[in-house]
Amino acid sequence: MSLDRPLTRNVRADKSPTDMAAYEANGGYQGLRAAMGKLSPGDCLQIIKDSNLRGRGGAGFPTGMKWSFVPMENVSTGHKYLICNADEMEPGAFKDRLLLECDPHQLIEGMILSAYTIQADVAYIFIRAEYLLAADLLRQAIADCHAKGYLGKNILGSDFSLEMHVHPSAGRYICGEETALISALEGKRANPRAKPPFPQVSGLWGRPTIVNNVETLCNIHHIIERGADWFQSLGLTEDAGTKMYGVSGRVKNPGCWELPIGTPIREILENYAGGMEDGYKMRGFLPGGGSTDFLVEEHLDLAMDYDTIGKAGSRMGTGTMIILDDKTCPVGFVKNLVEFFAQESCGFCTPCRDGLPWSAQVLDDLERGRGRPEDLETLARQVSFIGAMGNTHCALAPGAMEPLASGLKYFRDDFERHISEGGCSFHTGGVS
Amino acid sequence: MSELIPALSEAEIAAIDAELSHVPVPAGAAIDALKIVQAHRGWISDESLNAIAKHLGMSAAELDGIATFYTLIFRRPVGEKVILLCNSVTCWMKGCDALQQTITEQLGIGMGETTTDNKYTLLPMTCLGACDKAPVMMVGDDLHEEITAQSLQALFSNAGSGGET
Repeated sequence: MSLDRPLTRNVRADKSPTDMAAYEANGGYQGLRAAMGKLSPGDCLQIIKDSNLRGRGGAGFPTGMKWSFVPMENVSTGHKYLICNADEMEPGAFKDRLLLECDPHQLIEGMILSAYTIQADVAYIFIRAEYLLAADLLRQAIADCHAKGYLGKNILGSDFSLEMHVHPSAGRYICGEETALISALEGKRANPRAKPPFPQVSGLWGRPTIVNNVETLCNIHHIIERGADWFQSLGLTEDAGTKMYGVSGRVKNPGCWELPIGTPIREILENYAGGMEDGYKMRGFLPGGGSTDFLVEEHLDLAMDYDTIGKAGSRMGTGTMIILDDKTCPVGFVKNLVEFFAQESCGFCTPCRDGLPWSAQVLDDLERGRGRPEDLETLARQVSFIGAMGNTHCALAPGAMEPLASGLKYFRDDFERHISEGGCSFHTGGVS
Repeated sequence: MSELIPALSEAEIAAIDAELSHVPVPAGAAIDALKIVQAHRGWISDESLNAIAKHLGMSAAELDGIATFYTLIFRRPVGEKVILLCNSVTCWMKGCDALQQTITEQLGIGMGETTTDNKYTLLPMTCLGACDKAPVMMVGDDLHEEITAQSLQALFSNAGSGGET
């Protein structure tokens, strides 16, 4: 059981946190003890590469490959940094909160081994300010690790040393973008940076830096301890490992579950989320948070993995699905998301700063009965300008266009009816 | 040192200086310094902003650019507890707009306003990461899940009426 669901093996029914004693009693820090002195950083990197672990923050980039760009030889004196991205703010995402609040030591053990692999000497957990309980638990866990010799100078008698800090954010969704996060840690406005240079080479304070999501880092000690083959065997499809899947909206049992990666969407929705609430039908869903394209009924039997969802025209993203039901207005749903992204734009790149409020304005006009026949053409044009990768430093604006572009495709009748009927016939949420 | 920047207390300066050891340049502690002063005073006044900027050796305009970027740095006074009502998509589907109306009726404040007794400030908040328990909000440090008009009535029943003047 625990081998099949490594990430949630310590998660209790009442969601109470697992402390150092309980974590160690269940085999915690054995991965760290096994690695220190026996595995070289290169050995650890090879295991992670072989495991085919892909970033769980949403982009799905192979973790081992990301780490392999960190310079390991002839590095001038100075720090190397590992940063945990715990700035969970994607609309519909609530998976990292569970991992942070229920098993903080799992993240810290994963971070120590990750830092060892890239030979980072300073680690930060950048956590959104509202996750107060998680931040307190992490600070306690870090203190407990110092007492045990798992953090600090010469960890477990090795020549590896690591300091770890919890750094609460001051707000803003954009801080979850890795280069924006680095700007925020440097005390600046959280503007994303143009790449290259990539953070692996020039990140925090111009030093080599790796930024990984909470769930990604939580996997690391399990993989180091049990091996790449074991991790590969957990997945049902080409992808490896398990995934934290979530469902929110009008389902009977909204929640978050660790399941083999590649579990069919229908199984997640029906067996775990309990199907739709009585009186509601599903019209579509965003598979991986607010910045992913709608999928619909015909996609329910697809496997929830990176490539399958990508081929269907969307992204697995965070793996936390948002369900659009038949009593919620698709135009209002998209408008809520586009307004969110317009508000959360850092304002640096023109298509994002000026384009997203324009899209939000057109959608607001449709909702309020001020829509004009040419508005749908305008929205389609905005999708092509704002949604194109490469026009902006980061993926916020293209992500914002995903629910709009796919909404226009799957719910075009609703958009047209807002114009022909002079407004919105739904009453969910309402227009304030 | 402190007599040159009377807008900051000894305790605030000590806390800011402790942060300076973690950053290669003083301006790197800008956000930390804003958070420290806000923790002491509840918000960042122009006077505080100027004093922090001076202490960190940066321009007040640059620091204000940082302060106004972040949603949880307050450049206006807020009440004893800030209500952060989630208005992202799942909470929107579950009726957060109507709940906002309920709060407004009960406390007599709209978005961005503070009750006259200075107890509460109401602000919109992006997804709070508890979508399985939508609709949600935070009041001060506490997360409130699956809120309803009834639970709001109970929560704020002792709150004095009226922010309207």
